Amino acid sequence: MDIKFALETFWSLLAALPLTLELAATSIALGSVLALGLALARLSGILALDLFARTYVFLFRGTPLLVQIFLIYYGLSQFPAVRHSIFWPLLREPYWCAVLALMLNTAAYASEIIRGGLISVPHGQVEAARACGMGRFMIFRRIVMPQALRQALPGYGNEMISMVKATSLASIITLMEITGVAAKLISESYRVIEVFVVAGFIYLAINFALTRLVAFAEHRLNPQLRAPLAISAQLKGEAH
Amino acid sequence: MTEPGFLDIISFGADGWGPALAAGAWMTILIAIAGFVIGGVIGTFGAWAKISGGPIVRRCAETYTTVLRGIPDLLVIYLFYFGGSAVVTAIGQLFGAEGFVSFPGFIAGALAVGITSGAQQTEVYRGAFRAVHPGELEAATACGMGRLLKFRRITAPLTLRYALPGLGNVWQVVLKESALVSVTGVVELLRQAQIGAGSTSRPFDFFFIAAMIYLAISTVSGLVLQATERRFSRGVRRG
Repeated sequence: MDIKFALETFWSLLAALPLTLELAATSIALGSVLALGLALARLSGILALDLFARTYVFLFRGTPLLVQIFLIYYGLSQFPAVRHSIFWPLLREPYWCAVLALMLNTAAYASEIIRGGLISVPHGQVEAARACGMGRFMIFRRIVMPQALRQALPGYGNEMISMVKATSLASIITLMEITGVAAKLISESYRVIEVFVVAGFIYLAINFALTRLVAFAEHRLNPQLRAPLAISAQLKGEAH
Repeated sequence: MTEPGFLDIISFGADGWGPALAAGAWMTILIAIAGFVIGGVIGTFGAWAKISGGPIVRRCAETYTTVLRGIPDLLVIYLFYFGGSAVVTAIGQLFGAEGFVSFPGFIAGALAVGITSGAQQTEVYRGAFRAVHPGELEAATACGMGRLLKFRRITAPLTLRYALPGLGNVWQVVLKESALVSVTGVVELLRQAQIGAGSTSRPFDFFFIAAMIYLAISTVSGLVLQATERRFSRGVRRG
């Protein structure tokens, strides 16, 4: 393996890192909002909303992401109504098409994770909160949300990692993120192994950092798991 | 020439794209099956390595699953497609061939999909093996079964039973991943849709049909899996 070439590759791929991170962060952030909406729709008990959310999840989980990207990027331009609408300046851009596809896709997966978290909250707790006189919104904010978040976090971590990996598909609609630059370098230099190793290393580093962040959040959100530490600190405090 | 309608595109008539799309769908299924089977072989060895391998073997399996689950599948496909071509070209030059020899996209795609799904299947089999009750293995040993007999009669069927739901998920992932093989020029469903979109300038129709065909394949295979699961858990009392 040529170290000098690998180092050069590393710098050119690192230049593409911001775009990869931006794609992932934007679509995860927007997707999570949509996912919460979908999860609430499924739990709302209103048949129309429930059916809509079910169909949505079925469609987006059952088809490849690349097809969804093509459908949005190439497909929507078929309709003059879209081309003349106010959304065209956005839908013309490969970046926003990629974000839209990634966001719609992750929302389908994440909504199931969030729904699982929401239904894991014991009903007795909601009842108790109601007995204390809390309103619907307050129950959601104080009782249901924090526990659902805790429950959903490990699954959501996995989903975020697959989103980071999914950003690589944006390279197929001309966006030069890490995989796009890697493919270009490979076709210019024919040095597959070096480019692959360096690009793979960068993705692994991102995902490793992401798993550490999720683990840290899990640690922060689960005080009961840290109980022994807290007790020992308290005991120390009493000793003084 | 009149504009073709949506139904003209999917028809099996003279101007219809029906036969082409059906052939593409068939190719998609073939790639998915090949990838899934390759992944199954790798997964079996991977799980064996993780469960009863020595420290070095175990470390290798650990690295393999971590790496393959942490990098994009598209990158793996590029590796096999371009890497395979580089190897084949080098071998070709050894035997006096001139210039670039390209690696068959189908093999590159199936290998790439197989190796990524192998990492997932390793974890599925490993988890399923842990669900096998140790008492059953002990009983088999007590009956005097040898290692191979015990594996064939007790471990393998029980592990498979517990692995089925996970394998169903892996199959769905493999099916969707096969769409990425279109970048290597293999004329599977998505590539065929691209060709159709390009030559009729009706991209939405073609990608929409492709999406519906993917949906149909995954729904049908989901039903088959459900039936298999039921068949494999005869004799298990439920709820």
